[in-house]
Amino acid sequence: MTLPLVLFFVFAGLAVIGALLMIFLREPIHSALALILVMVALAVLYLLLGAEFIAAVQIIVYAGAVMVLFVFVIMLLNAGEEERTNISKLAHYVGWPLGIFLTVELVYWMLRAPVGGGASTAPLAPGDPTRDLSMLLFKSYLFPFEITSILILIALIGALVLAKRDS
Amino acid sequence: MNEIPISYFLVLSAILFGLGVLAFVVKRNMITVFMAIELMLNAVNLAFVAFDRARGGAHDGWVFVFFVIVVAAAEAAVGLAIAITVVHNRQSLNIERVNLLKF
Repeated sequence: MTLPLVLFFVFAGLAVIGALLMIFLREPIHSALALILVMVALAVLYLLLGAEFIAAVQIIVYAGAVMVLFVFVIMLLNAGEEERTNISKLAHYVGWPLGIFLTVELVYWMLRAPVGGGASTAPLAPGDPTRDLSMLLFKSYLFPFEITSILILIALIGALVLAKRDS
Repeated sequence: MNEIPISYFLVLSAILFGLGVLAFVVKRNMITVFMAIELMLNAVNLAFVAFDRARGGAHDGWVFVFFVIVVAAAEAAVGLAIAITVVHNRQSLNIERVNLLKF
């Protein structure tokens, strides 16, 4: 076991535990904290894959901004413990088997994914990956990048319109 | 020395996505359901980064991760605004009480 492999197993385990905790904890605020654990663990895995910039964005945008928004709304709405209802038995009795089946099937097909026969995280080619990313983003993908700003503007206006009080 | 098989990352991504689907189906709290969506998007991001590493060369996969993160942030903002509106109208976050469109 080399150090990267140990790190992978530690943080992969943390991610899976966090996801399971998110399902089994009943307070929304506890679920949110478990999800933050998953996101931080994923950021470390991005580092292991050599994606430093994505890891930084993951911490800043996901674990920072998005999850703060979630926690803020949970506090604002005073969301307490999830109530158990019996309105939809279908989700309970069909959801678990189908979800587990889907997971097993996804794992099966991912194991057969054509990634080039046992490809591994061999040392990266020399160069500056973040520079390559910015070159791609501002040259090949410039138009989608600009469209994204309009998407964010629409989301901003939509959130304002939805959340404002009726006057 | 620095070698982890890419398939490990892909399997982890598949497990996280499956857990996300499971949480989406079994959770009854609207905000937790949004969190399940975020978990699925994160799992897909991990698969993108892993495939990008397996392919080598240009980092197109990272650009897609970038866009997924942007869309997830926008979706969270709008979704949580909808949650606030639902609570104002129904005094409950339980998705089973929001059944106006249910057949």
